[in-house]
Formats: sequence, structure tokens, C-alpha cells
Amino acid sequence: MKKKMNVTAESSWKEVTPGGVITESGNAGDFRTGDWRSMKPVWNSEKCKQCLMCFPVCPDSSIKVCNGKMEGIDYDHCKGCGICAKVCPFDAIDFVEE
Amino acid sequence: MARKDKLSGNEAVAIAMKQIDPDVVAAFPITPSTEIPQYFSKFVADGEVHTEFVPVESEHSAMSACIGAEAAGARTMTATSANGLALMWEMLYIAASCRLPIALAAVNRALSGPINIHNDHSDTMGARDSGWIQIYCETNQEAYDTMIQAFPIAEHKDVRLPIMVCFDGFITSHSVENIELLEDEKVKEFVGEYRPEHYLLDKDNPVSVGPLDLPPYYFEHKRQQAQAMVNAKQVILETAKKFEELTGRKYGLFEEYRMEDAEVAVVIINSTAGTAKAVVDELREKGVKAGLVKIRVFRPFPFEELGKALAGLKAVAVMDKADSFSAAGGPLFAEVRSAMFDHARDTKAVNYIYGLGGRDVRTDDIMKVYEDLLEIAETGKVKSTVNYLGVRE
Repeated sequence: MKKKMNVTAESSWKEVTPGGVITESGNAGDFRTGDWRSMKPVWNSEKCKQCLMCFPVCPDSSIKVCNGKMEGIDYDHCKGCGICAKVCPFDAIDFVEE
Repeated sequence: MARKDKLSGNEAVAIAMKQIDPDVVAAFPITPSTEIPQYFSKFVADGEVHTEFVPVESEHSAMSACIGAEAAGARTMTATSANGLALMWEMLYIAASCRLPIALAAVNRALSGPINIHNDHSDTMGARDSGWIQIYCETNQEAYDTMIQAFPIAEHKDVRLPIMVCFDGFITSHSVENIELLEDEKVKEFVGEYRPEHYLLDKDNPVSVGPLDLPPYYFEHKRQQAQAMVNAKQVILETAKKFEELTGRKYGLFEEYRMEDAEVAVVIINSTAGTAKAVVDELREKGVKAGLVKIRVFRPFPFEELGKALAGLKAVAVMDKADSFSAAGGPLFAEVRSAMFDHARDTKAVNYIYGLGGRDVRTDDIMKVYEDLLEIAETGKVKSTVNYLGVRE
């Protein structure tokens, strides 16, 4: 879990910033909230019609989209809420136990 | 030329705040500290300071506003007492852990209940583990001088901790004494500009303050906070040295009064030290080798230095104007006795809890303590370790 400000879970107390101040932006992604998940969505690319209904409903921005195409699920941040599986009109996302 | 004046403790501290001219003061009135924001708000209204004064709806909000302002990069001050400090409790810890060098005039008053507005030290002693630097003051002059030293200590890069300047409610806050004030320019120069390394209004270097700190990092941040308090000791001494060069008034971690050849001594904080010094003088005139140690810096605690200062004495009485309800004596006693373990193990130590809720402490009360100490010194026997002085039996 390397942050841009070079503070990691291996840093000594002499290296962390005073009071835990975060001196660089955009590092929320370094925090892996996916660890909490008990259920997980599984994407079936063959059934997927690229309608992208799943993308806007994901509360954790964990549907990976590149150049307008769904490419998979970011399991580092997906908390397993199951909304993507629920909205998929083509049953292209299974929702299974972790 | 320094200006001689006659001021109450609260007036003196308000004037120190005016001379410091902080960016923000957020405060809520509570006896006996009320006059500090009251006088200060007049300075604001009269245009004598550049401060943004935030009249908040509670002390929890006062400290929260101070935290927000300080995190934004503003030099920030407040004042409170007793239950006001208690209402700040949650935020005191956050100010310290976020390493925000806020200065607080803590006018000591008994913490309810039962409800009482008079002086003892139960308020700030309760906050002793909040991570704030605590400096205690005997007189109006000390309160003024310490407030001027507060920011050079708190904002120092090796420290970055909030600071409480503590002095006794009514006894010090409302009594008028002769005082010597510094010129405004000298205070300005001594205190200097506040240049925080990280602050929220620095648009070129955006930061987040106070983020969630889970097990992989929290402990490292607390260790760093602990080191800041260790470092504070040296910075307090260096600041006192510079202040002495400016004013001739000398301050240390504690004051040793007639301790050169003392055999018995009282350890005490705040205004009652003045009463006790009069007793020491009286005893010295009779040839009794009595001394006194007045602790000025309680956080960081001068563990080594105090232990060494008490070495070789026959008996020591630690005076607590607060009870810990630990069934083992007051807070000052617990720490002083612990400090004595390495350097003054042969010295007998006893505790007197005194003056709770503003109970008067007179010279004859203190004389009784010295008489007890002399008996312990002579017999080598302690009849009672924890004692209550001035309570009706």
C-alpha cells in the first residue's frame, strides 16, 4: 500500500507525517476497502452486451471501464453490495460468496 | 521601556493576547476565565487587533473552531475554566493528535460537582493526559510572561503541540498585582510570524487533516506525538532563556526556593506557592532548613530533573489541589513520588490534598505541613502518607 508521499505500513514513526496529515491528493484508492467483502460479483464477458448499466450504479467506482467498454471489476475496492448483479439485464454478473 | 502597571491576571493575559495579535480567537464565557475573551473582544471591537473573534455557542464548539482555524493555518487562542474545559475534552485530544499548536488560557477552577466556581486544579489535572503542554503560573506576571512564551514553544518544529497556560481562578485571575509589561514591538518580535509547514489554506499544497488512522499507522502517529512532548522540554528551556535575555525574568521547568541546604521541602504548583514561600521564610529565620519546589512545567513532566532536585532531602510533602480519587493520593503526588524513585529513594514522601473548591489555604495550614515534615525527618517515620489539609474532621 504505497502512497505517493512515501508513507507505507512499513514506515517508522520517524517517517510518518505529523498528526497523519495527508500531503498528496488522490490516494483514497490506496485504501483497499475490498477487504471487507463477504459476497462478490463475478463478470461473465461472453454474456455481457456492454450496456454499461452496472457502471453508474456502483457506489465504489469499482466497475472498470476503459474507452467506453466494461473490462471487469476492481476487487480492491468492491465491497460486494451486489447492485451491479441486480441491475444487469443480461445475467452477465453472478453474485457469489467470497 | 517596559511599562509598569497594576493588573489582574485575566487583564494581564488579555493584554498578552492583544500584543500577540493572533489570527483567530474562538471562546465561550465561563467563570473565572470570562474576562479574558471579554477584554479581548473589546480589543477586537476597537480595532486594536487584527483577530477574527468567533463567539461560539459552547466550549466544545470553541475548541472545534480553534482546531479548524489552526488547521487552516491561523494562529489561534482561547480561554476557559473547569466545566468549559471538560466540555472541550474530546477536542483537546484531537487538537494534540493533529499537532495543532493552539494556546489556551486555563483559569483553574473546581470541576463540578458539586457545583463550585472557586479555585482548585481538578480541571487541568484531569486534562493532563490529553497531550497538551501544561505550564502553571504562580503570579499575574508569570501568567503574562508564560502566555508570551506559549507560541514560540508550541509552534516550534520539534514540538507542534497545543499549550495550556494555567493559573488560579480568582486568586490570580481576579487579584490585581504590580506587573511589568513588554512593549508591543518586543512581543511581536519575540513571538514572530506563524509559518506552519502544512495548512489547509495553502492552495498550492493541498492537504487533508485528521484522516482515519487505522492499526497500521495510529501507533506510529502516537509515538511521534509522544516524542514531541519529550522535545518540548528543551524548547521550553530555550524559550525561557531567550525570554530572560529580553526581560531579565528567569524561568525553568520548576523553581527551587531556598533549596540549597534544605532538609525538608514542599512541592507545589500555582498561587499557593506564594503562601508557602512566606512560611519557608519564617522557618528559615528560625534556622529551620526548609525549602520549596514550585513545579512550573507539568507537561512535559520534569521527571529526571525533579528527582535530582529532591535527592538528599529527609522529607518531602507534595501538595495537590486536586484529588485523583485513586485511593492513592493526588495526581502530582503520584508523579513526583515516581520521579523520586530513581534519585531520591531514601527521601520520605507524603501527600497533602488541600484547598478543594476554593477552601482558603493560609500560612498556618502550610506551617502544619512543615511541622509534620520536621517530625518525619526527626523520627524517620511516616504516620500517614495521604492527608487532607484544611478539611473539617
